[in-house]
Amino acid sequence: MIVTIIDLVLFCMLVMTALVIVQTRHLFAVVMLSGVFSLLTALLFVTLDAVDVAFTEAAVGAGISTVLMLGTIALTARRENKPTRSGILPFFVVLVTGAALIYGTLDMPNFGDPNAPAQVHVAPEYLTNSIHEIDIPNVVTAILASYRGYDTLGEVAVVFTAGIGVLLLISGLGKGREDMKDD
Amino acid sequence: MAATSETAHAVPSSIFDWDFIFGHANYWLFIVLMMTGLYIVVARGNLVKKIVGLNIFQVAVFMLYISIGKVTGGTAPIFPLDMQVDPDVAYSNPLPHVLILTAIVVGVATTSLGLALIVRIREEFDTIEEDELLVIERKMTAADNREHGPAMGGRA
Repeated sequence: MIVTIIDLVLFCMLVMTALVIVQTRHLFAVVMLSGVFSLLTALLFVTLDAVDVAFTEAAVGAGISTVLMLGTIALTARRENKPTRSGILPFFVVLVTGAALIYGTLDMPNFGDPNAPAQVHVAPEYLTNSIHEIDIPNVVTAILASYRGYDTLGEVAVVFTAGIGVLLLISGLGKGREDMKDD
Repeated sequence: MAATSETAHAVPSSIFDWDFIFGHANYWLFIVLMMTGLYIVVARGNLVKKIVGLNIFQVAVFMLYISIGKVTGGTAPIFPLDMQVDPDVAYSNPLPHVLILTAIVVGVATTSLGLALIVRIREEFDTIEEDELLVIERKMTAADNREHGPAMGGRA
């Protein structure tokens, strides 16, 4: 019961933060609110038993993302212009999409159901075998680094590619292009 | 525990099946958050704000996945240090946690790429507002048409 109340309170705070982000036009405030949003999400992950995800979200989502966005607004602009178009059509599109998604959840098993398909397939195998096969107390670590090690390798490849992309975009290549224009 | 598993897959008898509503309210709440993010992406013109909206959308998807892995009465999937596992303790599903850990890191990678693109766009066009970018784009296309239009058969 207490968990449900905590969940609901955290969720209400999340929705309020998101709505304020919609309204605010000062970009510094928007970036700070997105950091707040990430921290609240991390709290919600703790109540959902995902402690590893919670601290990753707190470090990466609230930390690194916020720093990157602050750097971007320092290099670009501090304020957002007034929206010129009305928000009615986007609101309608969002409403229809949301209704379709909610229709999609009607077939899902109840929240926390121990007999849901997701809970009876491979998860019990990991939970019973990892202690003999990997011998690490944290099952999440065991899966991440061993059973699904290739996923993590792919993740490293993605991060590497993104890093190269960022470097190419904001490094001296732009200046090289301007030099060519001068020639 | 046994009672919940029996009623879990029951078809809702009426529209106000409270068991069904409480079992699914969690998913619906996350969809509300997801749609708030989508609204920011499609209705706001500032590119930095679009990225923030994309992040909100993404985090809502993460929460949906994590809530699928939650087991009622379960705890975090970490065994005691002495490795003596009590068979009566229920653990939540660790697999969604692993997938979402990967997704968070990949999400930051894509966010940083998007932000770098915004910095470049600002260098090139001196604005990060969608409306102004569209105007500039239209002017550039018109200039191209004037210059190369005849050579390309009247349309470029």
